[in-house]
Amino acid sequence: MDSKRKILDAIARHKHPPVPLPDLDRLGFISGDQVAAFTATLTAIGGRSFQLGGKMAIAEKVRELWGGRGRVITTLDYLADVGEQVFPGDIIPQRLHDVELAIIEARYAVAENGAVWIPEVLMGHRIVPFICQHLAVVVPIGAILPTMHDAYRLIGSEQYGFACFIAGPSKTADIEQALVLGAHGPRTMTVFILVETT
Amino acid sequence: MDHASLASTFNKDEPRVDWHDESLWWVRQKRDLQARSVADWEVLREVASAIKNNVLANLGTYLQAFESHAIKRGIVVHWAADAGEHNAIIHRILEENRITAMVKSKSMLTEECGLNAYLADRGIHVVDSDLGERILQLADERPSHIVMPAIHKKKEEIGELFHEFLGTPKGESDPQRLTEAARLHLREVFLTRKAALTGVNFAIAETGEFVVCTNEGNADMGAHLSDVHIASMGIEKLIPQREHLGVFLRLLARSGTGQPITTYSSHFSGPRQGQQMHIVIVDNGRSTQLGRADFKASLKCIRCGACMNTCPVYRRSGGYSYRTTVAGPIGSILAPNLDMRDYADLPFASTLCGSCTNVCPVKIDIHEQLYKWRQVLAKEGHVAHSKSLLMKGAAAVLSRPSWYQVSGKLLRWFLRHFPKIASKFTKWSDHRELPEAPKQTFAGWYKQNRVERNG
Ligand code: SF4
Repeated sequence: MDSKRKILDAIARHKHPPVPLPDLDRLGFISGDQVAAFTATLTAIGGRSFQLGGKMAIAEKVRELWGGRGRVITTLDYLADVGEQVFPGDIIPQRLHDVELAIIEARYAVAENGAVWIPEVLMGHRIVPFICQHLAVVVPIGAILPTMHDAYRLIGSEQYGFACFIAGPSKTADIEQALVLGAHGPRTMTVFILVETT
Repeated sequence: MDHASLASTFNKDEPRVDWHDESLWWVRQKRDLQARSVADWEVLREVASAIKNNVLANLGTYLQAFESHAIKRGIVVHWAADAGEHNAIIHRILEENRITAMVKSKSMLTEECGLNAYLADRGIHVVDSDLGERILQLADERPSHIVMPAIHKKKEEIGELFHEFLGTPKGESDPQRLTEAARLHLREVFLTRKAALTGVNFAIAETGEFVVCTNEGNADMGAHLSDVHIASMGIEKLIPQREHLGVFLRLLARSGTGQPITTYSSHFSGPRQGQQMHIVIVDNGRSTQLGRADFKASLKCIRCGACMNTCPVYRRSGGYSYRTTVAGPIGSILAPNLDMRDYADLPFASTLCGSCTNVCPVKIDIHEQLYKWRQVLAKEGHVAHSKSLLMKGAAAVLSRPSWYQVSGKLLRWFLRHFPKIASKFTKWSDHRELPEAPKQTFAGWYKQNRVERNG
């Protein structure tokens, strides 16, 4: 408690002229084909994407890409056939150490940097998108936004215990600036862009 | 040893200096590509700078708002006036939980506080999980760059270390294979540690959440597998609102490593069920800097590293020549705040070319602050006689336009005839020669060409 007072007092000792907060409204709102932009950026940062018409097509694609290759977990009920369902609350994170592939849903995607926004409720458990060897994420095509500003406008005051922007596979360039994919998190990142055809 | 002597040691191995220089310049070029790809880049910098100015003017209010929101979200908030308190708080948390081993992701603040050594003395084993930091931990060295800690290390040297400590084959130096070895080794660490410490890139006053940016995913692997997550942050990490993250996350990685964004921008807003989450808010001299009108803008720094990558002196003298946790141009402004006498040489480790100021995403007037520090340090009597004479001379010349023109002519003549002597004045340029001095001044050239073209 003492240190808190000390720090706040030290800060209060200096008076600063008021500085208004800038207006963010002039930032963002880029026009153009955001799906193409997102796809290009994601590819450039080491990820890949597929546009698929409907949930069954996603299930099929998963089988095609990873069929029979180790432990698959998912939070999506329509993928019950291809992976073990995980539900929030009943996960001991260490037990996911051998997950080969995790398939979850993202709420938004951002074209300018290839990132997807995933709040905790969509993860199953916070560790899921990090501990898996490969990560696949489903994003509705209408949720691809131009910039980070657009994303935060929609995120607004959403409540979460944890949430993350994830852009591509985990990577490092700590050894002589040589880019290596698969540092501590997933080695690959796949985004399924869902085009609902109802 | 001062910057000049350490730099001249670094400069003994010329091919290595060239390699270091080029590695950093490559990153600088990637940054340029990214900056140019964003149409509103300059507006973005303006906005980021304005937000940070607002933060510095309201720091106390924002810190208290942050604390009360964080507490409501179930986060335990601690305040540390200095490095010693920071270390003691963390030690106490670990002790209370009977934890003797911790995994840590990149945090320059814990470097600044000397946390690892403090905990080691008390029987607590810390493993750094950022690949660059792990390499240095094995080598028993410190980061030489805040974003790319092992930028000074060759892959063969890393291969040797990994052979000794992680059992990779002798002579293995392939970055892919070395990284794979570190991945396997650190997975085991992540899965077995009960406590994880992370840094903080941004803390949001409005919500009480904090954001950690990494490429490797190590902060998340540590935090989400731990029972106790501790995050250390300096008081200057605050930003007012969540939507401001849009501004800073667009700037940070583009400026630092030339990526559009880091792989992970993790928003922590409360512990998982059954987990403890602690935040340690650290002052350690920052509130003093806040009171120095000329230097408080240095607290706007978001630690992107761009000023280091672009700095001709840093690139050619190496991070260790600064002897501080944060090296390079920004480090040279921050260090004298903590100890004027010990770090009096650092503001002189610059050509004042202004490249740092040009790339800084939050528009800190870095080279002007370096210049101002020189004056303060000279006035306080912390500058060696030779340097202060030189400065007085420079001030006298710069304040008289006619002298400036004459001295310019003299200097060009001098440089043309004695380039090797000139470069001896500044130690970091030992072993390299100055470019040939132009025969003409820019003012002269301009006059002549204008006349020629108009005539
Ligand atoms: S001073 Fe500016 S350029 Fe340098 S590290 Fe800080 S934010 Fe980046």
